[in-house]
Amino acid sequence: MQRRALTPTCDEDVVDAIADAMRDGDRLAIHGGGSKADIGAPTEARRLDMTRLAGVVDYDPAELVLTVRAGTRLAEVEALVATRDQMLAFEPFDHGPLFGRPAGPATIGGVVAAGVAGSQRLSAGAPRDHLLGFRAVSGRGEVFVAGAKVVKNVTGYDLPKLAAGCWGRMFALTELTLKVLPRPRVRATWIIDGLSPGQAVAAMALAMGSQAEVAAAAHVPAALGGALSRTALRIQGFAPSVSARGAMLAAGLAAFGAARMLDADTGAAWWAEIATLGMLPADRPLWRINVPPSGGPAIAALAEARGAAWLFDWAGGLVWVAGDIEPMTMRGAAQQAGGHATLVRAPAAMRAAVPALHPLAPGVAALETRIRRAFDPNGVFETGRFHDAD
Amino acid sequence: MSLVMPKPDEGTIARRAEIAAVLRSIVSADSVIDDPARLRPYESDGLTAYRQPPLVVVLPETTAQISAILAWCHANAVKVVPRGSGTSLSGGALPLADAVLLGLSRFNRVLDIDYADRIAVVQPGVTNLAVTQAVAERGFYYAPDPSSQIACSIGGNVAENSGGVHCLKYGLTTNNVLGAEIVLMDGEIVRIGGRQLDPAGLDLIGIVVGSEGLLGVVTEVTVRILPKPEIARALLIGFPTVESAGQCVADTIAAGIIPAGMEMMDALAIKAAEDFVRVGYPLDVAALLIVELDGVAAECDHLIEEVAAIARANGAVSLRISQDEPERMAFWAGRKAAFPAVGRLAPDYYCMDGTIPRRRLPEVLERMAALSQAYGLGVANVFHAGDGNLHPLILYDANIPGQLEKAEAFGSDILRLCVEVGGVLTGEHGVGVEKRDLMPVMFSETDLAHQQRVKCAFDPELLLNPGKVFPQLHRCAELGRMHVHRGQVPFPDLPRF
Repeated sequence: MQRRALTPTCDEDVVDAIADAMRDGDRLAIHGGGSKADIGAPTEARRLDMTRLAGVVDYDPAELVLTVRAGTRLAEVEALVATRDQMLAFEPFDHGPLFGRPAGPATIGGVVAAGVAGSQRLSAGAPRDHLLGFRAVSGRGEVFVAGAKVVKNVTGYDLPKLAAGCWGRMFALTELTLKVLPRPRVRATWIIDGLSPGQAVAAMALAMGSQAEVAAAAHVPAALGGALSRTALRIQGFAPSVSARGAMLAAGLAAFGAARMLDADTGAAWWAEIATLGMLPADRPLWRINVPPSGGPAIAALAEARGAAWLFDWAGGLVWVAGDIEPMTMRGAAQQAGGHATLVRAPAAMRAAVPALHPLAPGVAALETRIRRAFDPNGVFETGRFHDAD
Repeated sequence: MSLVMPKPDEGTIARRAEIAAVLRSIVSADSVIDDPARLRPYESDGLTAYRQPPLVVVLPETTAQISAILAWCHANAVKVVPRGSGTSLSGGALPLADAVLLGLSRFNRVLDIDYADRIAVVQPGVTNLAVTQAVAERGFYYAPDPSSQIACSIGGNVAENSGGVHCLKYGLTTNNVLGAEIVLMDGEIVRIGGRQLDPAGLDLIGIVVGSEGLLGVVTEVTVRILPKPEIARALLIGFPTVESAGQCVADTIAAGIIPAGMEMMDALAIKAAEDFVRVGYPLDVAALLIVELDGVAAECDHLIEEVAAIARANGAVSLRISQDEPERMAFWAGRKAAFPAVGRLAPDYYCMDGTIPRRRLPEVLERMAALSQAYGLGVANVFHAGDGNLHPLILYDANIPGQLEKAEAFGSDILRLCVEVGGVLTGEHGVGVEKRDLMPVMFSETDLAHQQRVKCAFDPELLLNPGKVFPQLHRCAELGRMHVHRGQVPFPDLPRF
């Protein structure tokens, strides 16, 4: 039976919760808004609910620096920085809609801990590239800080890199310092319809290698509703530059077909659909395949052969696949293409049997385990969610 | 020198001949140097105040050789110091009397260039600039551009997480590296990251970049390459006060503009540079700002005007806009020559590298001037203004007894000041040996212990590049212990929460 969640309101509460867990031999599942709670194996571990460790600590737009408590809602953070025409450039998103829940509860701590980045990750980086510093309570029950509150720093090990994407397996983040950037004044989406997966990846590679400074590049095959496939390239910045680069892009891609620009609302809606995967079936297992862009078409071919739906983001370097594909086959293909596969959504029984994260080579896996144990020697944060509750 | 390095192990030093012989059995005989005269060139890196000839130098050519060298050293408890081109400004590659110096200079090949995936795979001894040169024919480049880029190696850039004048817009090394092959101290070869954007599992490449050669020896690096911007244009702007120059920087960023580069120089640095290269820097200003925009022509033309307007609104007393490439290069010539130019003002100079929140700049410069008076040593300032990274250059004469120590004490005071105002000890040069003993100014013992345990996960015997970064070498077993909590042995009695 699931026990009452612990709801710390300060670092000391987290320290005490960990002390209690260690004394009782308990495991703690760090929990933000719950938007990603259905990723990984189901767990009975006691919830450490971080949502009351919330609030903005400091926001200095001119320094491009924002410090917030980990349980602050992503939506609140984004609304705040928007008031100063800034953004989280890694374009985080709320996973709720992928699981049939409304967007809204996702927290900034959860987004960073899961390394969540949207279409703009292609040009602007991931949480790893924007997390400047943090405060956390390690599995040893000790409060510590790492990184700093300035945009340029190489003092000591870059622990923020380990924090971004660690899935709460080493320490509980309590406060984050993030780099923020100016929000583009203008965004323009250029599309070419009717390209095959291979052509789309080639066109996106050409665009990314051009001086048009493409911010995001995605491709949706015809099977997902449209009569034709659609390849979209987003250009953003100041108006004179955006129009010059749009013309440059269209000319450069002429060999692939006539590119045309969507109106601003249609373009914004298209990228929002990509972020929430509105085009993919919601009732099938969902895989997130991370490969070098040139490896994208092979994944698309496998998906098509197995009747699964798919789409490309990150110029082909991110393939979302929704469908019933044997996990070993999916992972084998991802590895063959030079990347890895994350099982994002699946029925509980499948999640209990198939690890969410791609299994690593033995030497790397052993190194990872040693690093996690360095922060969490007793495995307080190993809940079995990632099939690694040793 | 005030620096205390780990006490050399006399037993290891006594085994020098045996160690050299073992190394000669792993690599070719001419790849091992143990003749004292030939060890001299390796006795320091770019931080020349500290010198120590290594026990022996080995220059391997393959990953298998490095693996064998490290495995043998690990089994025999022999320390190893890795070295790229030796341009570190923090003593990251400073040898130890009882350590093998592992030089990566022969790992100098570009292994693969993939324009479709926009990556290059290179060996660690390839210079930073050579990566750009290798991809220039197709209009690409490698973005991080530390000022030592003609000499510094990619392996060293990875170790130090090197930046450059363009890093506000394009990031540091860590933002431009996707994967690496590394050899752990016990000889195990692991591949971390890859050719794709997100790593599988923990971001191990992220922790290795900037680890200053303490976690593993990098034997291959996969970097991202970018299309070279169509053009770059620059403004050269003089201000009557540091405050107004600082406000111009803040207003530029507030206007949503992230320039490719934004460099500031103070009056002493301006004069030294102008005297040296004669490029027409204004000499009647308190601060000079170089702002560079890059991208398509339409963007540069637009933003140049925006920045010029912001500069005028902040009281700029001189303002020039580059009209062609030679003029842009001339604007930069003084800045790029600033270190040697300042070097002409005194026999020696000591370059510092703190970062501060930009808004604290006027106060920091004022307090630095007071320290300069108190120590009786001059200081010139060049400053990566966009990201708050200060490079104060302290002027001294090493031939005057006590001046080096005085310069170091002045430098330490500057770095303490940086931390006090909310900044950090090093923005891009690394901790190395130089700032090692100042780490407690910025981090508590608990903070440092959490970092050191990462070291233990990679190198539990602390054999790789010891004496760098961490002020105290705690044994890993000691760090692993759970400490007494709330005045009691861990976790007895009542639930606390």
